[in-house]
Amino acid sequence: MTRPGFVLEVDDRTPPLLVHEGLGFRLEEFPQGTRVIYPPESLPTVPDVEEAIRESLENPVDSEPLRELMFPGMRLTIAFDDLSLPLPTMKAPDIRGRIIEQVLTIAAEKGVDDVEIVAALALHRRMTDAEMRHIVGERVFRSFAPSGRLYNHDAEDRANLEHMGQTEKGEDVEINKRAATSDLLVYVNVNLVAMDGGHKSVGIGLASYKSIKHHHNAKTMVHSRSFMDHKHSEMHSSAWRMGRLIGEHVKVFQIETTLDNEVFGKPYDTLLKREWEWSLRDQATVLGLRRGLAVAPQKMRHKMFHDLRSNYGLTGITAGAVEPVHELTVQRVHQQQRVKVDGQSDVMVMGVPYLGPYNVNSTMNPILAACMGLGYYFNSYLRQPVVREGGVAILYHPLDEGFNTLTHPSYVDFYEEVLADTNDPALIGPKFEEQFATDPWYVHLYRTSNAYHGVHPFYMWYWIAHALDHLGDVIWVGGNPKAAARMGFRSATTLRDALEMASSTVGSSPSITYLRNPPHLLADVR
Amino acid sequence: MLALEMYRSVAKTALGKVAGGRMPLLLTGAAAPLRMVTLEAPRIEHDGWARLRVSLSGICGSDLGMLSGRTSLYFQPLVSLPFVPGHEIVGELIDPCGDLEAGTRVVIDPVLTCAARGLEACEACARGETNRCSRITVGDISSGLQTGFCHDTGGGWSQQLSVHRSQLHVVPEGYSDEQALLAEPVACAVHTARRAAVRPGDRVLVSGAGAVGLLATLALRELTDAGEIVVVAKHAHQRELALQFGATEVVAPSETLRRIRRATSAFMIEPEMMAAPYLLGGVDVTVDAVGSKESLQTCLHATRAGGRVVLSGMPASADLSAAWFRELEVVGTYASSRGSGDFATALDLVGHDAMCRLAKTVAPYPLHRWREALDHAHSAGRLGTVKVAFDPRQTN
Ligand SMILES: [Zn+2]
Ligand SMILES: [Zn+2]
Repeated sequence: MTRPGFVLEVDDRTPPLLVHEGLGFRLEEFPQGTRVIYPPESLPTVPDVEEAIRESLENPVDSEPLRELMFPGMRLTIAFDDLSLPLPTMKAPDIRGRIIEQVLTIAAEKGVDDVEIVAALALHRRMTDAEMRHIVGERVFRSFAPSGRLYNHDAEDRANLEHMGQTEKGEDVEINKRAATSDLLVYVNVNLVAMDGGHKSVGIGLASYKSIKHHHNAKTMVHSRSFMDHKHSEMHSSAWRMGRLIGEHVKVFQIETTLDNEVFGKPYDTLLKREWEWSLRDQATVLGLRRGLAVAPQKMRHKMFHDLRSNYGLTGITAGAVEPVHELTVQRVHQQQRVKVDGQSDVMVMGVPYLGPYNVNSTMNPILAACMGLGYYFNSYLRQPVVREGGVAILYHPLDEGFNTLTHPSYVDFYEEVLADTNDPALIGPKFEEQFATDPWYVHLYRTSNAYHGVHPFYMWYWIAHALDHLGDVIWVGGNPKAAARMGFRSATTLRDALEMASSTVGSSPSITYLRNPPHLLADVR
Repeated sequence: MLALEMYRSVAKTALGKVAGGRMPLLLTGAAAPLRMVTLEAPRIEHDGWARLRVSLSGICGSDLGMLSGRTSLYFQPLVSLPFVPGHEIVGELIDPCGDLEAGTRVVIDPVLTCAARGLEACEACARGETNRCSRITVGDISSGLQTGFCHDTGGGWSQQLSVHRSQLHVVPEGYSDEQALLAEPVACAVHTARRAAVRPGDRVLVSGAGAVGLLATLALRELTDAGEIVVVAKHAHQRELALQFGATEVVAPSETLRRIRRATSAFMIEPEMMAAPYLLGGVDVTVDAVGSKESLQTCLHATRAGGRVVLSGMPASADLSAAWFRELEVVGTYASSRGSGDFATALDLVGHDAMCRLAKTVAPYPLHRWREALDHAHSAGRLGTVKVAFDPRQTN
């Protein structure tokens, strides 16, 4: 009963459409003729998750079964994606925990007792115990965490990094020492978008700044078109070179999983339905939600949304050698998210919701909001962007949710110091990156607290480099004007005002496309 | 002659606790400790004294502090009520004074030292450290640390006062009255720069971008080999000025500690219970050019261990834990010292481009509009003015 993605043209019968904006949403009347791209409905899920996991470990692609790769006395390391995936957090039990349990069962049967489990968080923040427990499950957490065999990767722990050499392009490959010196490295992925997984898992997830800086820079990121298409992404080419070098030193057994589109569980599931199909009850639910949100204080709205857990279902799992596994994964992700779109438009409209990969249980500051819209959504295309070169992006987000100094301390300084100086990603890197990346206080907070690495805001900004390069103007509806200006953007109160402002760039009757995110969709623009 | 007279101590009656965006009504209203009066022009019948006709007389932060009662009771015995305020003065000699002819245009160093009081030089005065004179309450004239706080001499907020030869500096040819007016505050800034003992390449933080902060920034830039000079400014136009006066970088008060932390790779410590955060690490030298509790705290908390905190302007009370634990050198800087030639240096600096531009923005008021003038001076930062002054030659 699933339906593919859908492109609707707004006419006089089209009801107002839902647009997310931070900790809330609005119902927007789009001009007639606006194209609306809806993500496809959820694919069928695997009937028996435990069985599917077992099956994938027994019958991997281009590899012996996992069981055959294990032997007594070996060093086994299991790495897994951190809390940046999936979004929102999955209802317990998390798929990663279920897979890790089975891997551990096989290891136990084979007499492997030197096992360590590491969260591959790269330069993201350390997870709290509760967050870690949610992902790996209570049993694994209790068995491994107290003895220090379950931990967050520390990209700044010099003693526990291994430099494996340089790629043919001179890129340093430096990853977690335990992982690098294991007899077998099992990596457990959640592939929410096509960008995740492949050689990105080990090559970036377990790497250090020294290694990551080779592809996380403005130049590489401008040349990644798109991030969702690893064959046209410079960032991925670099990660692939690194991954192959890693493969020469350590045996990697990759496990990749794909999920359906059930991002909102009850009572928010109405938000996933297409507006013109809303029943009276759906309409009442949405109106009630809107009214509730309108009167709820910020703190309560934050809690309402951040406590939300998704009903994700597993659409597939593949294990084995990194590259063939990833090919199959990407196919499944595309199947779930791809929507055929005919041609580009002058204006692209995107609602930016409350959550992105880098503000789980935290706030979405203006930089993260920009990254979510202009990094993630803008780049969710195959072939060419939804909006034409020189076109305008209109985004919805209040841009005022503040900076959480526990999780994002370097963001405040980046916002006040770097963005006050320049917005140009290409200038920012050489001038400021090194200072932020090596700042001992940020390093300290990354290692001992729950802070993103000092360099992280730079990556967010590089990530929007392609959009900045491509677009003629960026306008935020409902965005705090000061924050918008600091980032080099403009703000408008209403869509009408935004279109009025855009008219100097794209004329008074532009073609408009609204990307109805979330859940994720991948626009295949021909 | 017409004069403004401070006739009772606000500090004593403790009326000065009124705050607000504008000058508290109390101080410009009926209960103000200041009044406009007609006085006998002051004459001091001792050697070296002469009468001076005032051209311009500035309003200084210390004047506002005194008038609003924010000034510590500490200073109360060092003034003699009633007095005519005003110690930033440019004027013309009415009488000849020593080697100077009548009509000479002069600025005054307001400090009333042993020389002016007809006393044998005290140890400080003998060393040329005139601003450290310990005889400021005795001698030929009534107590008063400076002209502008002394009953007998009169002060600048009037048409005339008495000045001593030891206080006088001839205004060089070509300077406007407005430029000359700035010589006294610049001399204080020169002294501040010396007291800051900046070593080559030192990182300096100047907290405040009012007149004191801006002039200190200029003096630090011109007279020392300071490396970065970060200036804390509240208002947009102050940012511009600070950069013109030699700041490397200008930051807002709320971001100061974070910016210094970043620039110096310091660690930031955040105590519980709303206490102010502080740095382990920080700049080499800080100058408090505001005198508020917040500003002084920022200075103490942003200075590296063993660094120096310079109190320029009258300081508020603050938690001195950092001074103890971080072994800070907390030094005061008061007025300027004659032995070091601060005034001569200041008169040179007054010719600087940035100073010439600043001189053009001096806002003069006639004496009878003193309420407006004080109100303007109180809000100067917000309104974009650096120096407000009285021009007793104006009558309407
Ligand atoms: Zn003064
Ligand atoms: Zn003396």
